[in-house]
Amino acid sequence: MHITQGTFSYLPDLTDDEIRAQVQYALDRGWPLSVEFTDDPHPRNTYWEMWGLPMFDLHDAAGVMFEIGECRKAYPGHYIRVDAYDAAKGRQTIALSFLVNRPAAEPGFRLDRQEASDRQIRYTTHAYATGRPAGQRYTDPWP
Amino acid sequence: MAVNDSAPGARMAFGTRPAASVPAEDTTPPERPLENGDVVNLAEERQRSGVDEVLGALDEELVGLAPVKARIRQIAALLLVDSARTRFGLTTTRPNLHMCFTGEPGTGKTTVALRMADLLKRLGYLERGHLVAVGREDLVGQYVGHTAPKTKEVLKRAMGGVLFIDEAYYLYRAENERDYGQESIEILLQVMENQRQDLVVILAGYKDRMDTFFQANPGMSSRIAHHIDFPGYSLEELGQIGMLMVGQAGYELSPAACATFRDYLTRRRQQPRFANARSVRNAVERARLRHASRLFDSHATQVSRDDLTRLEPEDFLASRVFQQPAERGSPSA
Repeated sequence: MHITQGTFSYLPDLTDDEIRAQVQYALDRGWPLSVEFTDDPHPRNTYWEMWGLPMFDLHDAAGVMFEIGECRKAYPGHYIRVDAYDAAKGRQTIALSFLVNRPAAEPGFRLDRQEASDRQIRYTTHAYATGRPAGQRYTDPWP
Repeated sequence: MAVNDSAPGARMAFGTRPAASVPAEDTTPPERPLENGDVVNLAEERQRSGVDEVLGALDEELVGLAPVKARIRQIAALLLVDSARTRFGLTTTRPNLHMCFTGEPGTGKTTVALRMADLLKRLGYLERGHLVAVGREDLVGQYVGHTAPKTKEVLKRAMGGVLFIDEAYYLYRAENERDYGQESIEILLQVMENQRQDLVVILAGYKDRMDTFFQANPGMSSRIAHHIDFPGYSLEELGQIGMLMVGQAGYELSPAACATFRDYLTRRRQQPRFANARSVRNAVERARLRHASRLFDSHATQVSRDDLTRLEPEDFLASRVFQQPAERGSPSA
């Protein structure tokens, strides 16, 4: 299942040139960028692991592209996203956030129905990937 | 919910989608590769790149430094010719433009580095053309594991522009083999080699110390293509620099002050800690101070425009430099 998350989520995956252009756009507006990764694809998983500190005072996208490349090298089978923070007007807000890497195979989600009292049904989604221990979720091929 | 992609293989991985599937948003037609019979208008290319403005400003605003200017001109020519070669489809390897500026203090190393960044941007070698000036404390950490992230952060900041490392020899301390500077040098070397398209590194410092530094780090020396030595200024050139600075500050020298200023430079040059153009700048700044307090203390009721702009000999004569006797052989005022 093709997981969509963040800005541009319904577009085809961005090429490196497109990623570079988006990063440059963020830098031109003065937004610091950071790279984050995870192997827990649940949509409500907000806090991903940080790949280094947020990058301040950059002028050119090459620095961010370098970190994206390093993160891809270290975690080729993880989801990796780039966040851009807008600290203008005293708020600390993510202005732009998009995926830059995804595992080769994404097994998707199972829908669980929990029968509660009075014949109520509670639904929850369960990522198949989280059935495996963290760090091994996308290393072996999925059937 | 779907467990697998409905059409496996339809999705491409990030960064590998062929460019052909991207709709062309660029309205300008792609430049046709030139063929054997074609010609390229190099003069027009030269004008369009704006390189002459930079070279012209360099000639005008920087006095002397003939070998430096000649080398910069050569680099500009190489990049321009390379871009023309690319249009003919001739192979051009990206030239290595890491540089080392050596020279006495105040000979214009930082100024030239700034101009160089601007020039390289205009010629399309660099994306942004900004200058990040750093020293040892910006690159080398305080404890184990601190240096690598610190150096990398500086390198990322400099990407797209020029990284100017002032007094680069302080990175390496021969007397302390556990110094973290070596780690910083290794990271620098790696980036200088692998990411030549993203940044230009310029090292600067005194010639003799830089030579020792390169002897200890031969890898660094061989990765730097341009070793440019900044000659010290002659008395004549220092005078010109002084006049330029006085003019830029909106002042002028009275004829008598010209002679005094020249005498001042002669004396100052023989004293220790003479820093060429920087000393000249300081002299002009101090003359401005004395000029202002002279007017301030005179309680004059009629101050003309000339009074406000003209520096007189006494503005220079009050300097500490004149309190010591000039050495023999120097012209006295």
